Amino acid sequence: MLKKIRVTLSVIILTLVTLYFLDFRGFIPEGLKFLTEIQFIPALLSLNVIILLSLLLLTLLFGRVYCSSICPMGVYQDFAAWLSKKFNKKKRYKYSKAKNILRWSVLGTTVVAFIVGFNFLVGLLDPYGAYGRIVTHLFRPGYLAGNNLLETIFTSFGNYSFYKVSIYTLSVSSMIIALITLFVIGYMAWRGGRTYCNTICPVGTTLGFLSKYSLFKIQFVDEKCNMCGLCSMKCKSSCIDSKNKEIDYSRCVTCFNCIEVCNRDAMKYKIVKRKKEQIAQAMPAYTYIKEKAPQNSSTSEKLAHSKEAVKTVNESKRRFLSASLVTGLAASKLLAQQISGDILPKRELKRQIPIAPPGALSFDHLREKCISCHLCVSKCPSRVIKPALLEYGLGGIMQPKLYFDKGFCNYDCTVCGDVCPTGAILPLTVEEKNHTQMGQVQFILENCIVYYDETSCGACSEHCPTQAVHMVPYKGHLTIPETDTSICVGCGGCEYVCPAIPFKAIYVEGIDTHNIIEIEHDEVEEIVIDDFGF
Amino acid sequence: MDRRKFLRSVALTGAAITTMKEADAMSILSQSFQTTNAAAKYDLVAVMGGEPEAMFRKAIEEMGGMKNFISKGDKVCIKPNIGWDQPVEMGANTNPKLVTEIIKQCFEAGASEVKVFDHTCDDWRKSYANSGIEDAARKAGAEVLPAHQESYYKTVSIPKGRNLKTAKIHQAIVDSDKWINVPILKNHGGAQLTISMKNYMGIVWDRGFFHANDLQQCIADICTYEKRPVLNIVDAYRLMKTSGPRGRSLSDVVLSKGLFMSQDIVAADTAAANFFNQAREMPLENVTHISKAQQLGLGTMDLDKINIRRVRI
Ligand code: SF4
Ligand code: SF4
Ligand code: SF4
Repeated sequence: MLKKIRVTLSVIILTLVTLYFLDFRGFIPEGLKFLTEIQFIPALLSLNVIILLSLLLLTLLFGRVYCSSICPMGVYQDFAAWLSKKFNKKKRYKYSKAKNILRWSVLGTTVVAFIVGFNFLVGLLDPYGAYGRIVTHLFRPGYLAGNNLLETIFTSFGNYSFYKVSIYTLSVSSMIIALITLFVIGYMAWRGGRTYCNTICPVGTTLGFLSKYSLFKIQFVDEKCNMCGLCSMKCKSSCIDSKNKEIDYSRCVTCFNCIEVCNRDAMKYKIVKRKKEQIAQAMPAYTYIKEKAPQNSSTSEKLAHSKEAVKTVNESKRRFLSASLVTGLAASKLLAQQISGDILPKRELKRQIPIAPPGALSFDHLREKCISCHLCVSKCPSRVIKPALLEYGLGGIMQPKLYFDKGFCNYDCTVCGDVCPTGAILPLTVEEKNHTQMGQVQFILENCIVYYDETSCGACSEHCPTQAVHMVPYKGHLTIPETDTSICVGCGGCEYVCPAIPFKAIYVEGIDTHNIIEIEHDEVEEIVIDDFGF
Repeated sequence: MDRRKFLRSVALTGAAITTMKEADAMSILSQSFQTTNAAAKYDLVAVMGGEPEAMFRKAIEEMGGMKNFISKGDKVCIKPNIGWDQPVEMGANTNPKLVTEIIKQCFEAGASEVKVFDHTCDDWRKSYANSGIEDAARKAGAEVLPAHQESYYKTVSIPKGRNLKTAKIHQAIVDSDKWINVPILKNHGGAQLTISMKNYMGIVWDRGFFHANDLQQCIADICTYEKRPVLNIVDAYRLMKTSGPRGRSLSDVVLSKGLFMSQDIVAADTAAANFFNQAREMPLENVTHISKAQQLGLGTMDLDKINIRRVRI
């Protein structure tokens, strides 16, 4: 019975979490976000005290229920182990000693890495994050392909309820990491059940420590047990020493397989006699994380900081613009003199600084909080988030950055902040989002079609929601882009759409701390038109 | 010769040839209008002062009714502007009430199906939803098609185009019997104004090519695609006078309550541009794609020479 509940619960949670990651049409209610928020590391990083305490309390009461039912990676391992059973009916587990040195040193290293700001390790080992990447990079392409297949079938019958989506690899490195994770953890589970949980997983080690003191535990009923050893053969955590009738509770994930298999009813899940004082025990020291300055720290301070940033950027930009104007002018003169010159020097300017998603506040904030679960990558409706390589430094490998090759950040969208379970991308209201600057526009005159071909274009300004790039009179009836970085939100609309080849004439440069911009709007003036005008 | 010069000389020769053939222009026009059942009473109908659907009803009545343009069993495609993730009040997209009324009348005239789509600039899901058009069109019984993937488009040749020789056009247009062009009147940073002709950019896939190869010329070129809309209906209920085509705030928008209807796309755009000029100065010669289209024989800018019906509600 207990096992049935556990299996049902875990299958439901796994399915929902997976679908929540995959769904791109809003079929899955947004409320399911809580399934990602109740994951241990996200709760820890977002300093969600209520969830954190509930998880700790849950463990102190019932043992590692988290590991057996809530953690998607745990359930994935059970699935792999279950499959291996199907292939090898005679498969048996057997008791082994706890690998204490290994698991504590992995946990220690992770904590130290986190404290020194190398968040990559936390991201890599966190089971929820790792599972998220598997879904995003491995399952999602399949899901999209399935959608496209259905689209073809339905559309051929004149039913338009499906629409096509494009499928492409976002980041080869993240995909490889996801693939390795899938195989390594899958293989470990195939061979020895919950090996990952009890040797490497930092969450497993932490909760394992707590569950030693839990209220409810699996226990031998001494008078009934004949030490047949069936239970330890069934124990995927290899934590039952049936010869000595001992259970290593730090490794038990309360899967109830032992209870179910025992045909003498000699295994019971019940309250431990010597009780309570342990519950009061304080949280282990390592669960405290580096205190972060409160998020809504004095705005004036932030503003002062951002103004500075704007200033320096503006200065360098001015220099850059005047320089490019001079070169531009010189070049056009040259061309006028010798008509033969066919190709103007065009410049490739590649982004030097990455663009962090809106709500990420700053690179530091993102680096510290993000575990690279790639939920934002998966959920961004504009599909403009992808994992970084080294742009944020070593500690920020796989953390999300914006790119504008396939689209641009929708002005009114706030999805990434809404879904991020760790608070790495903070939720913004539409109003806040509209005034968040995550990058600044840069215009390269000599690449611009209006300048180069002397024909109309204006695609950039067309897409610009704030008119940070707007068209001003140029030669004849032509208009040419002019930029005003102070009202640019960095959405990349201009960069995405700029048709100049081979190099775009406009792009967005990232900034390491996001700014709040002020957009002035003209008064609404009453214009009455009471004639046709012709 | 550098490319610019080359283009310019091509344009000049082209202009010379078309001026010579100015007289033929009308014959090309009448040719493209042969799809209609009966001759319309007016070349252009302009209506002012009503709600979008009321102005449309009036205009189409003056034009002799929808039956003049849509025949029984026709597969009809309606192409509004749904380019932006903006609400109705911003006047960035065609008014959904107008779209609803057109769909209704198409069905009343016997259309076997009505399809609606646009190749949006903002995220298409958001634009379709927040413009209110997706919902309105579905309720009116039309099918709303996606247009965000290249595979929905078919390559067609544009023999009369200058710079644009082929284009990928949405299959809903290519496969339709009749199509109706329903733009909204707006300022446009690059093309100065976006009206009926510029609205064609939403039926093609590769808009980047337009921008990169003389936008104004390409706009005129694409309008020479052999399947012309049976009607151009310019929604000027709200017009976006500045910061177009996306718009920034309500201060960009004027509640102008106008509607223009014509089979002649050049005349429709000329009339709408003149109307726009009252809200903000916009000399016709700045909107060069209109005159370029006239040169290509797509219609006339000379509003005095055509039969116009002006109605106030
Ligand atoms: S920023 Fe994205 S990848 Fe990082 S934790 Fe949040 S949702 Fe996951
Ligand atoms: S706010 Fe921008 S980056 Fe974030 S999910 Fe939306 S479109 Fe994507
Ligand atoms: S990135 Fe480009 S389109 Fe976006 S706000 Fe800045 S200038 Fe405008």
